[in-house]
Parts: sequence; C-alpha cells; structure tokens
Amino acid sequence: MEELSMKETLKAGDERKVEEDFFQYIVIRLGEEQYGIDIRYIDNIVRMQHITRVPKVPAYLKGVINLRGEVLPVMSLRIKMGLEADELTRATRIIILKQEQQGSVGIIVDEVKEVVTLGSSAIEKLSQNTAESKKSFITGVGKHNGELISLLDLNSITLEENA
Amino acid sequence: MDVSQYLEIFLDETNEHLQNLNTQILELESDPENMDNINEIFRAAHSLKGMAGTMGYKRMQNLTHDMENVFSEVRNGNIKVTPDMIDVLFQCLDALEEYKNNIQETSDEGTNDNENLIKALNDILNGGKSEAPAAKEETPAAAATAPAAESGAAGTEKWNDIAFDDSQVRVIKEAIKQGKNVYGINVVVQESCILKAARAFLVFKAVEEKGEIIVSVPSAQDVEDEKFDRDFTLIILSDYSLDDIIKAAESVSEIAQVTGAVLELEKTRNYHEEEEASESAAEEKKEAVAEVKTAEPKKEEKKPAAAAKAPEKKPANKPVVNRTVRVDIEKLDSLMNLVSELIIAKNSLVAASSNDQGNNSAFNEQIEYLENVTTNLHESVMKVRMVPIESVVVKFPRMIRDLSKKLDKKMELYMTGEETELDRTVVDEIGDPLMHLLRNSADHGLESAEVRAQRGKPEQGSIFLDAYQDGNNVVIEVRDDGNGIDVEAVKNKAIERNLVTTEQAANMPEKDIINLLFQPGFSTSDKVTDVSGRGVGLDVVKSKIESLSGEVEVKSKWGEGSTWTIRLPLTLAIIQALMVVVGGEKYAISLGSIQTIEDISPNDIKLVENKEVINLRGTVIPLIRLTKVLDVESTRAPEDNLIVVIVKKGDKMAGLVIDELIGQQEIVIKSLGKYIKQCKFISGATILGDGEVALILDANALL
Repeated sequence: MEELSMKETLKAGDERKVEEDFFQYIVIRLGEEQYGIDIRYIDNIVRMQHITRVPKVPAYLKGVINLRGEVLPVMSLRIKMGLEADELTRATRIIILKQEQQGSVGIIVDEVKEVVTLGSSAIEKLSQNTAESKKSFITGVGKHNGELISLLDLNSITLEENA
Repeated sequence: MDVSQYLEIFLDETNEHLQNLNTQILELESDPENMDNINEIFRAAHSLKGMAGTMGYKRMQNLTHDMENVFSEVRNGNIKVTPDMIDVLFQCLDALEEYKNNIQETSDEGTNDNENLIKALNDILNGGKSEAPAAKEETPAAAATAPAAESGAAGTEKWNDIAFDDSQVRVIKEAIKQGKNVYGINVVVQESCILKAARAFLVFKAVEEKGEIIVSVPSAQDVEDEKFDRDFTLIILSDYSLDDIIKAAESVSEIAQVTGAVLELEKTRNYHEEEEASESAAEEKKEAVAEVKTAEPKKEEKKPAAAAKAPEKKPANKPVVNRTVRVDIEKLDSLMNLVSELIIAKNSLVAASSNDQGNNSAFNEQIEYLENVTTNLHESVMKVRMVPIESVVVKFPRMIRDLSKKLDKKMELYMTGEETELDRTVVDEIGDPLMHLLRNSADHGLESAEVRAQRGKPEQGSIFLDAYQDGNNVVIEVRDDGNGIDVEAVKNKAIERNLVTTEQAANMPEKDIINLLFQPGFSTSDKVTDVSGRGVGLDVVKSKIESLSGEVEVKSKWGEGSTWTIRLPLTLAIIQALMVVVGGEKYAISLGSIQTIEDISPNDIKLVENKEVINLRGTVIPLIRLTKVLDVESTRAPEDNLIVVIVKKGDKMAGLVIDELIGQQEIVIKSLGKYIKQCKFISGATILGDGEVALILDANALL
C-alpha cells in the first residue's frame, strides 16, 4: 500500500494535477472472472450473431460478422487467453473495439455487466518488466466495491501472434 | 490577375496538348508531308503558348513560341521536316513536360530557360530560311544592290515568288470561286523607320479591315518580331478593289511604297520556275496593277479541278467535340459506395420477398423493378469510372522511339485496342507495369541487328501491345518477335541466386522456370542498362498487377519471341458471382472464372499421380475438393453425384467440388480488413441479402 501511494504522488506530480484521474471501464464476465475494458476503446456492443467462419486462420479468430454493412473480424477472448471454448448463451455479447492501425475488431464475452468508474488510486498497475507479463493480457487490477476487476490490455489482445 | 483557380484546368489541358503534340510529331516523323498533322501541331503549340502566357509562365511561353515559329514555317512550306528537327522538337516537349511538372508541384515553372533548345529552334528557323526560300531572297537582294531601294527596286511582284502549299492554293482557288478577289501586295517600309514591326502591324490591321490575309512572307509572327528587312508580302482575299487595299496600306505612316496586283496563280512559283520571277522583277508597279486588273476574269477558268479536290480533306480534321465534365474521382468513389449500399439493401429485399412466398405479386414486381434499376445504376456508375487505356498507352510509341535510338536497335511498336476501357483506378496503376514490360521487350527481348539477320528476321524488331476485353476481364498483351526467354539462363541464374536448388531446377517444368522471373531480385541481363535490368522488375510488375486483382503470365519460345499477358478484372467493387454451399457454408465464386458446371458420377473420377482427375469431353481436369481446402465436412454422401464447377485461369483448368448450388448473384466485394491475414484463396467477403457474410473464393488462387 505504501508503494502504491508513492506511485500516486509521483504520477500526480508528473501531470501537475492535484486531483485523481478517473477512468471508466466496462465490466465483462469471462467464465468466473471479471474483466474491465477501457470504455474509450469501445465502439459498440452487439448481441451474438451469426459469425462466418474464415478458413486457415488461428483458432481464436472465429470469423467475420456484418456490422451495418461493414465486414468485421471477431475473435474469441476465451481461446486467446487459453480458456475453454465459448459457451454461447443469451448473455453472450460481441464488443467491437476501435483499433487505430488494424481497423475495428470484435471480441466475444460471456456477459456485459456494468460500467464502473475507477480512480487511479483504485488501480494497481502490474509491473511490466517480468518475463511472464509478456504473455499476460492484463495491465492492472482495479478494485470496485470490494471486488477485483482485471483490466485488459487491449493492445496485447488484438496483437497478432505472429512473432 | 489571380489565376490559381485555373491552375488545374491549365495543367489538364497542358497535359492534353503535350500528349497531342507527342503523338502528332511522332506521326509527322513517319509522314513529314502530312499537312493535317502540321496544322494540328501548330494549333496545339499555339494553344499551349496562349495558355502559358495567360498563366504568366514566361519561360514556357517563350519555348512554345519558338516551337510555334518552327511549325509555322513548316506549315508555310519554308522548312522541310528533318529527323534532326524532330529530335529537337521532342526535346522541347520533354522540357515542356518538365515545366508542367514543376508547375504541378510548386505552381512555379522553375528557372530552366532551356536556352539551348531555343537556340536549336532558331537555328532550324534560320537554316530553313536560307535553304528553301533562298531563291526568294535572291531577287530582293539583287534588286536591293543595284538601285536605291527606296523607290522602284522593291516594287517587284514578290507575291509571285511565294511558294504556296497545297492548302493555300486550295483556299485561294476556293476564294476565287466565291467571287472574291485575290491580291498580292508588297509593302516597303521607309528606311528611316524605327518601329518597323509596329508599322507593319498597323498595315496588317488596316488591310485586315478590307480583307483577309491568308499568306504573309515573312510570317506574321516574324514581322511582328521585326524579323524582316524592309518589305513584306501579303496575299489577301477581299471584296474590295485593289486600290482600296493599297490605299489602306499606304494610309499607315512611314510606309515607303505599296505595290499590288491581282494574284495569278499560274504566275507563282508553284506554276513557274525562277525565270518567270526574275523577269517580272523588272516590271513597274503601276503597269502591273493595270495589266493584271484586266486579266482578272481569266482566273475563273482555273478553279474546277481545285474545287473538286478541296472538300474531301477538310472534314477529316474536325474532331467531334465531346461534352464533358471533369469530376473528382473521390466523388465518384462515394457515389460507388452508395450504389453498393443500395445493392445490399436490394438484396435484402429480394431475400425478404422470397421468404413470404408469392403472397403479394405486386410486391414482387416492384422488387424486380428495383433490381433492374439498381443493376442499371451500377452499370452507369461503373461506366462513368471507365476510361480508355489510351490515356496510358498513348505515350508508349514515343518511349519506344527513344529506346530505339538509345539502344540502337530498330523497332516499331504496334498497338491495337487502345479504346478498351478499364476502371479509372486500374488505368492509373497499369502504366508502370506496361512500361516495364515494353522496356523489357525492347532491351532484352529484341536481338541486335546481327543476330536478327542470322535468324532471318527483318532488321526492324516488332513489339505489339494489344488490349481487348474478354468476358469480365480486360486482357493486355505485350508481345515481341525477339529472342524469347532463355530457359537455361533463367535456371542457372535461379540456382546462382539460391532461389532453387540444382535438383529442384532439374525437375522443374519449363513453365515454372519461366515463372521464376517473377521472383524478387531476379534479373538475367548480364549488363545493367539504364533501360532495364536493375533487378527490380518483374516481381514489381507482378505484385502491382496482383494488387489490382489481376494476373500476369508469360509464354515464350526461344528464338521466336515472348508474350506477356496481363489479365485484369473490369470492375473492382461489384461482380457477378455464383453462390455455392460447401459444408453448410455459403461461398461466392466470381462468375468470370467459371466455365461450366458439371454433374459428375463418383465412378468417373480417376487417379493420376494420386490426384483426383476427371475426363471432361477429352480434357483431363484435376479435381479440387473444396471441403478439404476449407476444412469442412461435406454434407453429401460419398456415393452421390458430385457438383463440379469448372474454373479456368489462362489455359489451366480445375474442377471445384461443391455441395450445393444457390445461384447467380450480384455481390459487393468487401475487404476482410487488415486484421485477418487472409488466406490466399479468399479474395474478400460480401454481405448477403439476409445480412450474413459470405466469403469470396478466388478460383485463380486455387489453381
């Protein structure tokens, strides 16, 4: 805790701001866990619909959908994160993420729960320099009403695995 | 005046004029006597000069001005077209092109005065004057030496010395026929006159009030520039009497003397030789006037032959003027996108109507009507975007001519099908690859003169550029009668470059070896020239054409030549496709590549080298099971007959085994986006009437 508060002051000093920064996250459920997605990167949330399979692509890419006349790729967050395949329920949604370089992409989530606002004091950043963080899709952990929300690193999720 | 708003139009029109000049001068080279050409060149140069002047591009104006002078002299028959002159003219065009490019980039013409070119042009002008009209200059010279030039000496009937060209003779005869008088007058300016050009200009003006000046020697331009000694000669068509004309000319101050007579064609140089002219030089002016005046009616006899000749050539020169609007290509793109959306919406309606079967025939009728309209709309928009490939290929003859000189090989480019139309975006991109192939043919393809002689070929190499439409494709062929591709050389080079191993190369069919040419970094030419052979080449051509959804092929016979075939789709955005089902999934196959659809019994499938083939009307065609390619399970039982779609790419064919046919449909091609690194045989996706996405199979990539 002490360390965290130090970071806080450092950061506040850097940005020459006295007040805390607040970020809005959309909380989604994936299996038993809750994840947060920065709302600034979300373009749209749509119901599950027919996905046209594309052959010869990595398994996590489920295919393409038609979003108001545009063809968008959709990927399974579960498969990408190494969980078992999606179970499609009535709560399943596709979240369309805005991507600057690669165009929009959709990710399948089990459920969209709510929008939360987290102050920077409620976010614990993961240290970036450990070797395993390379494979991690989490940038940090947020605390909200006593629950922990893993904050997704969208860049590493949408990055193609072709290194 | 702020002219920046006209800059775009200026550039467009400059482009057109330059291209026109290029083409015409090229024609002039092969047919130096063609008056239509010369006139056209003169007009183009003149418009260019005017435009450059208006826009304030002085250097450009100067250069075109001097070019125009040369053309004008050529037109008047004072200079003959020579190869040297053509060379200089082409250099001028290049210089103008450079000005144009500068203007395009910086809206400034740059600082290159091209003095050497201007000098070269003036040399041509002066050289021409001293040669052709030499005889003409002699008479005044002779006259000027003896007496004081002020009074009588210059009063020669110089108009009779003018060498009229055919068209001028025609105009004169035509005028006589219409009852107009044709006079020749000679105007001598006072020796003390300082502003000769200004006086001359006033004379021109005064005379033009009374009639039409059809010939001026020296040319009006030269007179304006004070490029005359003390006198000039005019041929005038007029309804007025000769006295009126002479009075008009004399009314200008500082004019020493005006002589004139009714022109008698038979007395001019075209009819008589020098003796006549020199003889007439002695005659006194007043007498001449009187004498010829009476002779006037005689002229009537001369016309019939000429009159018959006159009309036949005139219409050829008048191009039909197209009424056009220039539209920004982006506006067309957005229009095209809207049409695409409309077609998708239409497809949805069609799908919806087929769901509630035939309940409402009026509804179905309207749907069909809508379908008609959208199809026509699409076609019209496509047509608007289509431009003839002429705009690209028209610069090639010039390029080949230059290459011919540079490489010191005789060659000729024959083009057909320049009017073939392609989507604007494709036409813009196709120029470089074509240029590359042509350069290749010229440099590597055609042999040196000695080798050609040994092989019993004509010394002049031929390169052909043929374009034609073939179904939904446009085919452009670049062909030469040169060396052909040395398969062994290609093979050795490929091994040397580690593109293939020796063993691989040994087993490769000839065709595959030739295709190695398209590998990056491949160049077989031993010597690197600045024409071709820089190692970046055919792979760039290939990738460019593939980026346009086209393909390129080469066929070659050693010692006889090679043929490069480029095949491009007519349209890029909307295509007719066959919808099929494979393993429960819908796919679209472009109708352009489909030959036939066959119903094949499993018993007819044979195995060749462990691959399934069918024998279709004498042709052995390999089968491709799409279920395997697409990783899906077939929905048909193995003993059922197979539905086989026969596709063709060039001379290769294959049978695609599908599960079900849905039918033909107009589809809008959408990209899968950058995110999905699409596999080779999926060329995109389309949205079906029910909103579902179907993938488009690229049959060509499957082959």
